[in-house]
Amino acid sequence: MMGFLASVGALALTFLAGTGRLALFAARALAAGLAPPYYPRLIVRQFVYMGYYSLPVVGMTALFTGMVLALQSYTASSRFNAESTVATIVVLSITRELGPVIAGLMVAGRVGAAMAAEIGTMRVTEQIDALTTLSTDPLRYLVLPRLVAGLLTLPLLVIIADIIGVFGGYLVAIYKLDFNAVSYLTQTQQYLKTNDVVSGLVKAAVFGFIVALMGCYQGYHSRGGAEGVGQATTYAVVSASILILISDYFLTQAFFT
Amino acid sequence: MTSSGPQIPKIAVRGLQKSFGTNLVLAGVDVSVATGESLVIIGGSGTGKSVLIKCILGLLVPDGGSIRIDGAETVGLAGRAREQLTHKFGMLFQGSALFDSLPVWENVAFGLIQGRGMPRRQARDIALQKLAAVGLGAEVAALRPAELSGGMQKRVALARAIAAEPEILFFDEPTTGLDPIMADVINRLIVQCVRGLGATAVSITHDMVSTRKIADRVAMLHRGRIVWHGPAADIDRSGNPFVDQFVNGREEGPIHMQVRAA
Repeated sequence: MMGFLASVGALALTFLAGTGRLALFAARALAAGLAPPYYPRLIVRQFVYMGYYSLPVVGMTALFTGMVLALQSYTASSRFNAESTVATIVVLSITRELGPVIAGLMVAGRVGAAMAAEIGTMRVTEQIDALTTLSTDPLRYLVLPRLVAGLLTLPLLVIIADIIGVFGGYLVAIYKLDFNAVSYLTQTQQYLKTNDVVSGLVKAAVFGFIVALMGCYQGYHSRGGAEGVGQATTYAVVSASILILISDYFLTQAFFT
Repeated sequence: MTSSGPQIPKIAVRGLQKSFGTNLVLAGVDVSVATGESLVIIGGSGTGKSVLIKCILGLLVPDGGSIRIDGAETVGLAGRAREQLTHKFGMLFQGSALFDSLPVWENVAFGLIQGRGMPRRQARDIALQKLAAVGLGAEVAALRPAELSGGMQKRVALARAIAAEPEILFFDEPTTGLDPIMADVINRLIVQCVRGLGATAVSITHDMVSTRKIADRVAMLHRGRIVWHGPAADIDRSGNPFVDQFVNGREEGPIHMQVRAA
């Protein structure tokens, strides 16, 4: 019994210590941004990398998510003669939930992994030490631009994902389910509120920050050559994905009306 | 191992300790380097040479002891004060540690542009001068580090280390992985650059050819302590069994090589 309790206690302490280290890392990186030098060029570079180059994968997943959603919601709603709700279900599901979550998970897989691999390689090849010896704070130079880019890029990606996702639902509804185009679009607009879109964008900003933070944190603390970098990459994607889903619940609850 | 006279040593390390978990790497290191002197720290793999210079550079925080640069304590410095101190340093890393996302000239100019806020055009001109100083032409300036040979990467790393004309230069295994001819070229460049700048130099190596070429003084680190120090000319008549075994590369002697990492 004591052994079990000791294991649980050790696990809890490890979890709390890890959470504390992550929070300190984020706080130190953000605090580094309070004073110059600033690196706008690096923020723009990350912005392009995270946003522009993620467009195809996010757009594609959003399109098919919207299409599947139209089919599934039609299946459910037709059982109690409520087919007219398909447009509303698609637009609300996409803007409030699936747009930000799908985009967050896709960016975690594409960008979070790449960040962890890049920064991890810089760590094990002493490039991060080299930054310090060249009077450059690695947190300010490497981490902060990525956090800022993550925070700003994902909402923009989600706006595009929302539009594409709704368009995917529209395509299926019109060409597969024989809905009337005008009434489908009317229904899409009719029940959509500003809060639906805003809550999705707030989620996106939080998810973008999480993806960048976990990618940077895992890469920054990687050890032991190629194996360590590989491990950091895996941890970055897994931890970001789990944190996205956990924070999604709490954000949904916060916006719940 | 202080310099003669009342002059304050450029670097003075006293009782420096550093552990990683239960592994005591530095067990009270005492070493000083006079201004303009080139000190080479020798010792086997895993004796704490890299840890020692990383502590001096501020990349690692020591568990105990003192590190004074120009007489001022540096242990515990952080933020702007640490950044200001770092302006005095230039470092050549073992694996060169060039930024592979940047072209060669920007690697060399990095400390000038990012660390000191110099305009890019001016920093580029200085980078080209420093590349020329290590025997590289302007044609390599636009290349990426991955396009260069190991010897050329080392030269670029040396150019980066001297670009801001630091007061203290650190060299971590400068000739590791190079053929003997390229190693000799790097040794010559190190001597040339250190003398040209009038800088103080601290190198760590287990390459005795390199040691003889670049050292004014030599210190030997074993099990986390300095076990011998003296002029480079005395290395072959030190009378110290650790130094004798190491310099002559003998298996028999007081140093027992560990098969497993500590």
